[in-house]
Amino acid sequence: MAVLPGLVYPDERLKQRSVAVTAFDAELRRFLIDFEATMRASPGCVALAAPQVGRLQRIAIVDVSGRSNAPNNGCLVLVNPEIVLREGEALAREGCLSVPDYTGNVARASRVRIRARDGVGAERVYDCEGFEARAVQHEIDHLDGLLFLDRLVSQRDLFRRRVYK
Amino acid sequence: MKQWYMLTVVGQDRAGIVAALAEALYRGGANLGEASMARLGGTFAIMLMVETNAERAEVERWLAAPVRDLGLQMHIDPIQGRLHSHVEPNVRILVHGADRPGIVAQVTAALAAQGFNILDLHSDVGGTREHPIYILMLEGHSAADLAVLEQALAPLRKSGVEVRATAIETMVG
Repeated sequence: MAVLPGLVYPDERLKQRSVAVTAFDAELRRFLIDFEATMRASPGCVALAAPQVGRLQRIAIVDVSGRSNAPNNGCLVLVNPEIVLREGEALAREGCLSVPDYTGNVARASRVRIRARDGVGAERVYDCEGFEARAVQHEIDHLDGLLFLDRLVSQRDLFRRRVYK
Repeated sequence: MKQWYMLTVVGQDRAGIVAALAEALYRGGANLGEASMARLGGTFAIMLMVETNAERAEVERWLAAPVRDLGLQMHIDPIQGRLHSHVEPNVRILVHGADRPGIVAQVTAALAAQGFNILDLHSDVGGTREHPIYILMLEGHSAADLAVLEQALAPLRKSGVEVRATAIETMVG
């Protein structure tokens, strides 16, 4: 088990689209162990995408169970994830391991349904809401070469929408 | 030696103020840091971090022409840069109500008594001339629990002001 070195913006690799995983083999499983260890070793970090550690494959891990009392799916290993349903909109603050010392407000769907493979290639479907849904969307963005910086909205926007919600 | 300054500029709002100042600073070889700028009433107000080898008087010379041409007032203070050390806000406070003297004083006194550190504050006067409403939005860092802050702010509600404190949960992924 090892903590993998992370890429930091403006590293160009963070802007690239990652490719689908085709081999669910022992090498992938070894990577997933280090990948999870890397997420857990990073203070405050509840999710990670493979391109953040320089592996340009469509893999993400999300575990908000330690941070949120809201409903969640525990530790999610998402290989080749797809958002098949989006509902609602919520604005909240995000930060990123790949973007040190900056956080900002981002609009995300408040509920999403995800279809993905797990670490051994089995098909899975997860319904996510709130904080977990936010984390999943943030990570899938990484797989498409997008950072939360690409989706920032102003603080004033956040307040105005909240006032009238 | 490189020195950080806080440049404060105010003047009647019009198009082109930021561009004219930024151009003059760029020509002078200065590096810009964090900034906050807004139209407050009819006045445009700028707070801008500027890093340069130049003395304050020289920075004033760079800016003299746009300041004169655009009818601005400027002020320059040496500061410590201290970039890359953002304090993350964990509480957001929203206040609104019929405008009256004392809203800001009462809200911020209640927060200060709890050790609340304001990191960002915006306020607006909306409504009509006859019935102005005051809207205050701030974010900050609180060591006290949300429930404690709510309790500290509760007396304000009796004075007809809506006050809401919410936790800011930052998702880091």
